[in-house]
Amino acid sequence: MSRRERSPLQALPLHAICVIVGLSIVVPVLFGVLGAFKDNGQLVTNPFGLPSPWVTENYSEILGSLGFWQPLGNSLLIAVATTVLVVLASAMAAFVFARFAFRGRELLFTLFTIGLMFPFAVAILPLYILLRQLGLLDNPLGVILPQAAFGLPVTITILRGFFRTIPADVEEAALLDGCSPFGFFWHILLPMARPALATVSVLAVVASWNNFLLPLVVFNDATWWTLPLGVTQFQGQYAADIARILAYVVLAMVPALALYVVAERQLIGGLTAGATKG
Amino acid sequence: MTTQVTTPVAATAHGPAAKQIPSPRSRRGASARRQLAILPFLLPALLLFGGLVLVPILLAIYTSLFKWNGFGGLPTNFVGLDNFVRLLGDEVFTGDLSRGLVLVLLSVLVQLPVALGLALLLNQQLRFRGLYRLIFFAPYVLSEVITGVLFTMVLSPNGGLVNKILAVFGVSGQTWLADPGRALLTLFFVVSWKYFGFHMILLLAGRQDIPPELDEAGMMDGASSWEIFRHITLPLLGPTIRISVFLSIIGAIQLFDMVWVLTGGGPIHSSETMAVTMFQYGFRRYEVGYASAISVAMFLISMVFALLYQRYVLRRDIEGAVTKAGAMP
Repeated sequence: MSRRERSPLQALPLHAICVIVGLSIVVPVLFGVLGAFKDNGQLVTNPFGLPSPWVTENYSEILGSLGFWQPLGNSLLIAVATTVLVVLASAMAAFVFARFAFRGRELLFTLFTIGLMFPFAVAILPLYILLRQLGLLDNPLGVILPQAAFGLPVTITILRGFFRTIPADVEEAALLDGCSPFGFFWHILLPMARPALATVSVLAVVASWNNFLLPLVVFNDATWWTLPLGVTQFQGQYAADIARILAYVVLAMVPALALYVVAERQLIGGLTAGATKG
Repeated sequence: MTTQVTTPVAATAHGPAAKQIPSPRSRRGASARRQLAILPFLLPALLLFGGLVLVPILLAIYTSLFKWNGFGGLPTNFVGLDNFVRLLGDEVFTGDLSRGLVLVLLSVLVQLPVALGLALLLNQQLRFRGLYRLIFFAPYVLSEVITGVLFTMVLSPNGGLVNKILAVFGVSGQTWLADPGRALLTLFFVVSWKYFGFHMILLLAGRQDIPPELDEAGMMDGASSWEIFRHITLPLLGPTIRISVFLSIIGAIQLFDMVWVLTGGGPIHSSETMAVTMFQYGFRRYEVGYASAISVAMFLISMVFALLYQRYVLRRDIEGAVTKAGAMP
């Protein structure tokens, strides 16, 4: 890089901007984290300072209740099932779109990519009617299957792009060795595509984890509620107990932020690829 | 396209690879057998997509032609296009459209420049820029629901953080979400809090795709920083900016979760979006036929917009996008 190095003094205004923007993000979150260590009286009289005394009941009571762990487990199960399904179905389809020639291929692929610009909210009402007819309300499949279906466009697009970069020689060699198309797909292509599979998996997990509208209409019974539903339910239940709601919100943030720290590369790579290729 | 040739699409097989193939005959047999794999491989995706994406759209179009409370098998009270006529005269729906337009304009005029500025800033040689990027993008991974619930408390009139800060400066008693004149603007700021980092990341990736030689050439020719930005960076970022705008608009059309949690669309519809109106009619007031008409309208609006945008705005970018495809795993 032959870019000019800035002197510390020149860089100061740039850092100032970054710190201001950074604070506008960190402060609301910190307000939540610290606020949940206060009681509601402290929240009013001592909004900015550290809690004194530190109140741990808000966190500990939530961590000791099923009202947090059950939605967490449900969110996890639904996210994993959705991801496995959408990645597998998409990988198979992307393999065909990337490496086979057949009449109507481009048309079919275009049909899938149209789904990229198709807002989920548009389909929620007919989807609900359909799931009711199929008896899938209050059933995790009622969320998993539609989420997988709506995840297909972006997953197929990204995987197809990746599969295309694998040289044809690799496949021809495998075929000559007597490998069936399925054998090639399973034993050679998928292992080679591990980075791309990681990227689309992270995208699918995040999308499922954050979904609210679909579980909201599908799950009437609290047994299957996911974390976003748990948060809104908790907020309704403890309307005036701000400190307690903050504790639930903060705890609900932890898994998403942890995934972000671990999989930042995959997430950002996938989002940029998904956006620019769609 | 190739219609008769049954060799793999990706068979850009050059000389050596082609020579290894034993006889044309067995090769054709293998290819034919290979073609048999197409359907089984496509089947799961086709079933999912057809059954749970395409069928619902058709179902919405069908039920939008009925007056229906949503109960019982399928609707019977056919009313033709009445629901759509009603839609055009519905002030909440036309209000949704203008509020949507306000949100789109705000994100293009406020959020996009901020995101662009920060992307260019983080493209500089700057200490801690990895940390800054990590923080700026973090809100994107939080769900709209969690962000929304957090901000109902940050913005709450009494104990909320924002009013506590303002009180230090002697401003007191402000309402943010409960004020009809302010709710939409407040909603916009919370939405931007969550999403500006996403646009920033897109623009940063676009900026990093511009070869540094171009900046250097500009500098050697004596161009100022502003001239380099105006005549090199900005035009080359065009495709990314157009995609960012596209995603903002699609996002505004379907905005639901954040509104639902922050304001429920109120007060007096002042922050309501199409998706919220649809949800109210479909799931709260059991006017499923009418709600289906709103769904269809949302579908048509996003479809027509997407096609026009692809046709007239993104068209000149497609070549670049295609040649770039696959470059990033």
